[in-house]
Amino acid sequence: MPFTQTIGGTRFVFDDLKTLLARATPLRSGDALAGVAAGSAAERIAAQRALADVPLARFLSETVIPPEADEVTRLIIDRHDAAAFAPVRHLTVGGFRDWLLAAEPAAVTALAAGLTPEMAAAVSKIMRVADLIQVAAKCRVVTRFRNTIGLPGTLSIRLQPNHPTDDPRGIAAGVLDGLLLGAGDAVIGINPATDNVESVMRVLDMLDTVRDRFAIPTQTCVLSHVTTTMLAMERGAPVDLVFQSIGGTQAANAAFGVSLALLREAREQALALKRGTLGDNVMYFETGQGSALSAEAHHGVDQQTLEARAYAVAREFAPLLVNTVVGFIGPEYLFDGKQILRAGLEDHFCGKLLGLPMGVDVCYTNHAEADQDDMDTLLTCLAVAGVTYVMGVPGADDVMLAYQSTSFHDGLTARAMLGKRAAPEFEDWLARMGIGADAERIPPRLSPALIGLE
Amino acid sequence: MTGPALWRDLRRFTDARVGLGRAGTAQPTSAHLDFQEAHARARDAVWSALDVPALEQALAPLGLPVVRVRSAVPDRRSYLLRPDLGRRLDNAAAIPRAPGSIAFVVADGLCAMGVQRHAPGVLERLVPALPLPPGPIVIAEQGRVALGDEIGERIGAAAVVVLIGERPGLSATDSLGLYLTWAPRRGRTDAERNCISNIRPGGLSYDEAAAKAAWLLCAARGLGGTGVALKDEMPATALPAP
Repeated sequence: MPFTQTIGGTRFVFDDLKTLLARATPLRSGDALAGVAAGSAAERIAAQRALADVPLARFLSETVIPPEADEVTRLIIDRHDAAAFAPVRHLTVGGFRDWLLAAEPAAVTALAAGLTPEMAAAVSKIMRVADLIQVAAKCRVVTRFRNTIGLPGTLSIRLQPNHPTDDPRGIAAGVLDGLLLGAGDAVIGINPATDNVESVMRVLDMLDTVRDRFAIPTQTCVLSHVTTTMLAMERGAPVDLVFQSIGGTQAANAAFGVSLALLREAREQALALKRGTLGDNVMYFETGQGSALSAEAHHGVDQQTLEARAYAVAREFAPLLVNTVVGFIGPEYLFDGKQILRAGLEDHFCGKLLGLPMGVDVCYTNHAEADQDDMDTLLTCLAVAGVTYVMGVPGADDVMLAYQSTSFHDGLTARAMLGKRAAPEFEDWLARMGIGADAERIPPRLSPALIGLE
Repeated sequence: MTGPALWRDLRRFTDARVGLGRAGTAQPTSAHLDFQEAHARARDAVWSALDVPALEQALAPLGLPVVRVRSAVPDRRSYLLRPDLGRRLDNAAAIPRAPGSIAFVVADGLCAMGVQRHAPGVLERLVPALPLPPGPIVIAEQGRVALGDEIGERIGAAAVVVLIGERPGLSATDSLGLYLTWAPRRGRTDAERNCISNIRPGGLSYDEAAAKAAWLLCAARGLGGTGVALKDEMPATALPAP
């Protein structure tokens, strides 16, 4: 049954839910590229008004991608928790927005398993930035491996000391710099320059040695392809977290070289290593609007709805960390600072609403119309929204991936401005090591010589 | 205990922006302005254009046929907004046949400067080390990686090697990426390719990049494919001395 809406005397018709969601999405270049965006501002608001009247229950009977064609759709249907959905099952999308804005944090948090990604995406499309911030801030998601991530009042940082040739000393210097600026409680994670198994294992060993030498209550990760990490685990490498980029359709995941079965196998393998001391959240996922279109695996669904579907994949595996790499994919998906800002807040909101430990790589590439001012704005908004973690890159300049993320300084500033703290175990460690007292000298307990920097 | 005791001493181990110091929790003015300058230069690099006659001249000593094509993209702004057009050949493109060869595509990608500087040096080392005969070199303007699929298909190539300008970063505005695709044809996905990135002085050297590409091409020939199934297990000792 099509949806219709009249705006200023013009009657707009939207053939199905997928089309309605796409036309209701605030403007972004990726949806225009896919040919699914609204053709005018009037069509967009018409779609938003029509979407606001759609009962949430409709999302349980009409899928945006047929289940027979897509294992992600089947996962979404199989995992839907009717009891958790009960408090909002009578609402429309518009009513749901009002409900979320008025609800207590515990009630919003309890909904997660009852919501499908498409419901989260739908309500986000009729929310302003302030709504996305306010509601996300109500969601509580706590995960554990060697520390506790996501407690209220905390803001964790992934220490990302990438090096263009995976040089162990270059990486170690980046790690130490980050630790000295209070970063690393989310994870110390390297994007390897190559997916070579030997080289990945060398970096894994080096990171584990640094963590062990300084007795840091955190986890390490080399963000290689899941199959490479599985091979490294088979060969006895010290793997804390299994990383993988994922998307919101079966075909997008196939383009990443993964399936639900493969991810399940990798998780079992990591759990068997029993390396977590406080918990067993062993997975780390990255996502980003536009990845499905980039792989020509979008089925005519808008990129933000597909991004939310990637979160259904993520939550199946109880991850320690999930982050959208919001500005990484480029201007053909998110053209400028305005589009990146909104997308980052949408992704964080949807991820949190669906129960994920959601972080954001606040970032941009040099071919996007964006700069440091845009990133400062997004980081500040996210910190207010209670983002679980952000990245920490030396001087905001990733010399391996050639893009700009948030610096260690940015993380410190966000914590200071908003009175946020590191994960408690990590904060205690920072104090024990004497970090933060001296802006020039390295505390003796963190002597670079201890990790091979002489 | 020996070794560095000052924060700024960390700078000697990496080109990353470590040991910057701080002003309160923020970066000091000099570090801040260094960053802004680097960003300004990178923005200009994105909009740089390929000097095709100079590139043809630099590639001539290889003795391979060199042809020039364009993607279906009309201009640079469209290139940024329409990657689909950057993956398709312009209707007028004429591509020679060289069945069973390893073909080369040299494309501007997101930074013409990187390709202009480094593609000839990498090819000079790679061409003599190929497991199959070299095909033509196709210089492609406003090209994306997947443009190599259509070009390779029309050549009838066993594999296509795409050398393409990587997105400029702040520290490096001239990085070259190299993508290998076995049995290229339209519709191949990125999971069916192998990538060697960050080729430039100060990153991966021409020698290392060419040796790695040759190793992967030999392994791909044995496996009959590239992509996630082809693991880069080239032993470190196989690299020539830097």
